[in-house]
Amino acid sequence: MRLLVQKTFEAVTFSDRANALLSDNFWLAAGFILLALITTVAFISILGLSLVYVERKIAAHFQCRLGPMRVGWHGILQTIADAIKLLLKEDIVPERADRILFFMAPVLAILATVLALMVIPLSPSLQVVDLNIGIVFIAAVSGIGVLGILLGGWSSNNKWSLLGAMRAGAQFVSYEISVTLSLLVAVLFAGSLQLSEIVQSQAAGWWIWRGHAAGLVAFIIFCIASTAELNRTPFDLPEAESELTGGFHTEYSGLRFSFFFLSEFINMFIVAALAATLFLGGWMPFHIGGLDSFNAVMDLIPPGLWFAGKTAFIIFLIMWVRWTFPRLRVDQLMRLEWKFLLPLSFANLILAACVILTEAYFFA
Amino acid sequence: MSTSDIIPGTPVNEPLPQSELVKSILALDLRAAPYEGNADCPAVQVPVDGLLKLLTKLRRDPEFNFDMLSSHTAVDRLEQNVFELVYYLYSLTKQKRLLVSVLIPRDNPVAPTCSGIWKIAEWQEREVYDLFGVCYDGHPDLRRVFLEDDWQGFPLRKDYHDDFMLTREPIES
Amino acid sequence: MSVTITSLSERIRIPETADSPLDTQEYFINMGPQHPATHGVLRLMLKLNGETVQEVIPVLGYIHRGIEKIGESVNYRQFVHLTDRMDYLSAMMNNWVVAMVVEKATKTELNDRIQYVRTILAELERIQSHMLWWGVLGMDLGAFTPFLYGFRDREIITDIFEETVGCRLTMNFIQPGGLMADIHPNFVKRVKEAMTYVKPKIDEYEELLSGNVILQERTRNIGILPADEAISLGVTGPPLRASGVPYDLRKVEPYGVYDKVEFRTAVGTVGDCWDRYWVRVEEMRQSVKIVEQLIDNIPEGKTMLMKPAKKIIIPKGVFYSNLETARGILGILIASDGVSDKPVRIHMRSPNYNNLWAVDRISRGSRVGDLVANVSSLDLVVPDIDR
Repeated sequence: MRLLVQKTFEAVTFSDRANALLSDNFWLAAGFILLALITTVAFISILGLSLVYVERKIAAHFQCRLGPMRVGWHGILQTIADAIKLLLKEDIVPERADRILFFMAPVLAILATVLALMVIPLSPSLQVVDLNIGIVFIAAVSGIGVLGILLGGWSSNNKWSLLGAMRAGAQFVSYEISVTLSLLVAVLFAGSLQLSEIVQSQAAGWWIWRGHAAGLVAFIIFCIASTAELNRTPFDLPEAESELTGGFHTEYSGLRFSFFFLSEFINMFIVAALAATLFLGGWMPFHIGGLDSFNAVMDLIPPGLWFAGKTAFIIFLIMWVRWTFPRLRVDQLMRLEWKFLLPLSFANLILAACVILTEAYFFA
Repeated sequence: MSTSDIIPGTPVNEPLPQSELVKSILALDLRAAPYEGNADCPAVQVPVDGLLKLLTKLRRDPEFNFDMLSSHTAVDRLEQNVFELVYYLYSLTKQKRLLVSVLIPRDNPVAPTCSGIWKIAEWQEREVYDLFGVCYDGHPDLRRVFLEDDWQGFPLRKDYHDDFMLTREPIES
Repeated sequence: MSVTITSLSERIRIPETADSPLDTQEYFINMGPQHPATHGVLRLMLKLNGETVQEVIPVLGYIHRGIEKIGESVNYRQFVHLTDRMDYLSAMMNNWVVAMVVEKATKTELNDRIQYVRTILAELERIQSHMLWWGVLGMDLGAFTPFLYGFRDREIITDIFEETVGCRLTMNFIQPGGLMADIHPNFVKRVKEAMTYVKPKIDEYEELLSGNVILQERTRNIGILPADEAISLGVTGPPLRASGVPYDLRKVEPYGVYDKVEFRTAVGTVGDCWDRYWVRVEEMRQSVKIVEQLIDNIPEGKTMLMKPAKKIIIPKGVFYSNLETARGILGILIASDGVSDKPVRIHMRSPNYNNLWAVDRISRGSRVGDLVANVSSLDLVVPDIDR
């Protein structure tokens, strides 16, 4: 007797809804777009606040201390207090800094973050735009972010910032290759660049375990290379505190610094969301192809919660690594990428292609 | 100061018997002489123009092998109008310590540099230059180390005075 | 031969060269005096070519307080108080060296209780200093967690100091003639508990940081200091032992009760940052061993043998003593005129001043990241450099 039936999810994005209404009611369509933008901004703000708080608490517990405890219950309001402080700070521009570039750099950094957030499917009904070239779009706009870092380092008129920015540029460009190659593995498995299609293709099982070793290796490479993209320890040379005091964002204060800071944390969310979407199924619940009743039970948990859980797990993983490992030196970092991760990614891609050709999925 | 103020057990002018090490150095005939003051380790003194030869010999000769310059400093002997340059040498292989003392005139304090013999002498001599004003002939990089380059005066001299230094006034009782 | 006096601005001027091989420009960059990595107000001018260090010029004096000049107007008991402020992480050992030279010059005999307590306190301080160094090394290399682990464990020892000595950092406890006061009744029990606590912690430190592949990559074969250069550069302490020279003053010229305890000297082979790291971690273990051997056997006796009201007058002459602090050999020279209770000249041969100049030698040709590792592994405390 079948009481529960496995659901099929219909994905609708904000832009789809706006499109559908465009011919009938222009203002309602415009309202949907506006709603999407407001939701994104609100999402970024709240996410930024909570991620900073979570990072501080996790760091504290790893270091055998408690973290923020005073502002609000167990320090929940700490980030709000920090945000108010940052906004009220004096806006210092170094005397001989390149003013236009100095103002533009943090804007570019946050721009890249917002653009990348637009295409990520948070749940079947929460996605702003569903481009049919979603993966390529994300790879492209994250390049704008590194442009912001480079401009920030250059325009500060400070040798230390320049050193940090140069390191960041070299690091980003190198690790982007490994990131893209591991993303391509999931694209190969799913057969589409469109993010919602990729999520739908994992209805029979997530690519991390269904794609044999290729999926798992691609996930690991993606996580390592993305930590480098995020400028987090063990790859945080561009902002290595003990060496460069602040790297590319040394000379920034107040609101501009908060843009850099926020973009780093939201990028962490985007990376985690991407990893969750491509390898862990996105909002797709945990299905094992063929076991319909098991799948139906898994469907009872709302997909938004699945996505949140997976993303939270990967964010925790990234933070855990940050507070455990020391930092790699710049030439060791380059060597890791070019001599180790890159050949491994290529080999993994070929392996993934073989798995697809022979249809040798795990639990077909 | 009465005798009851002195801690019992304090010897008064008890010279150290001349050690074997000092005897062998005197035998080198490099113008070294037994140290005239009181020191707690083997000590010799040498005139300033014989200093470099003596120190080079002490460093290079395998019989002495003083490979470490433990410490080099100066003492301002205002009443005799000299600076006493003090070199503490130590031999790691023989585990022997030696004090070499040089007296140079206060009005024209020049001494040869030992930075060719021990590398650390370069910076120990810079410290002595900074604080006492002793100029080292042939020093590769003679400049002040603690004070600013344009500081006037040499603070550790006994007759040093500047406008903002504090001096201890005797307590009227 | 003439004497030319140069200045800092002349040293950091880049000569105008028409063409250089790859058309890259060498530039001077200033690290410090406020900088998270230099452990104090140390200013380093780095001559860089891209990211390669060509020369390191330390600029000192930011914490020069004229301790030696002040020493000429205070008596020996008062001077002990000033020595705390030099290498503040080995404050009691700094005090001990003054006590040592005064007792040697006045030929004062000490009893066993004083020697035992001094040795135990010095070894506890060595452990505590190395814990802080370990945490700061981790932080400099990017791992922030060891810093807090090191400080948490250091608190156990600092609490013992607070109870017995009264102070956590600037102790002023070991005085000429003995100790400032007798040890607290809880001292023996607390030290034993502390050693039981600290011993597995050192293994935990090894697990957290030593075996980590990133740390190994950042310290192995970095900043190699050959043994003959180390001796010529006047380097002493753990960096000298890491370069392969088994010179530990506690074994060669034993003071305190070091001749009665059994411990090994950690000696490295290559002289790189990893050896300097390993030597200090091993020294922590040996210090624990020393304390464990001594703590149960403290004999009875008085703790101050020079009457505080009496003036200490050192006979005329020049006296020198040294001992092994956590960072190297600290020596003190006193020139006395035999008449007053204040010295004519008092000079501290500070280990950090002599170790500092090795930074230039070991960092040439390496990268900025290695420079940070080198400075951190030499374990410099800047107030001791400047005095």
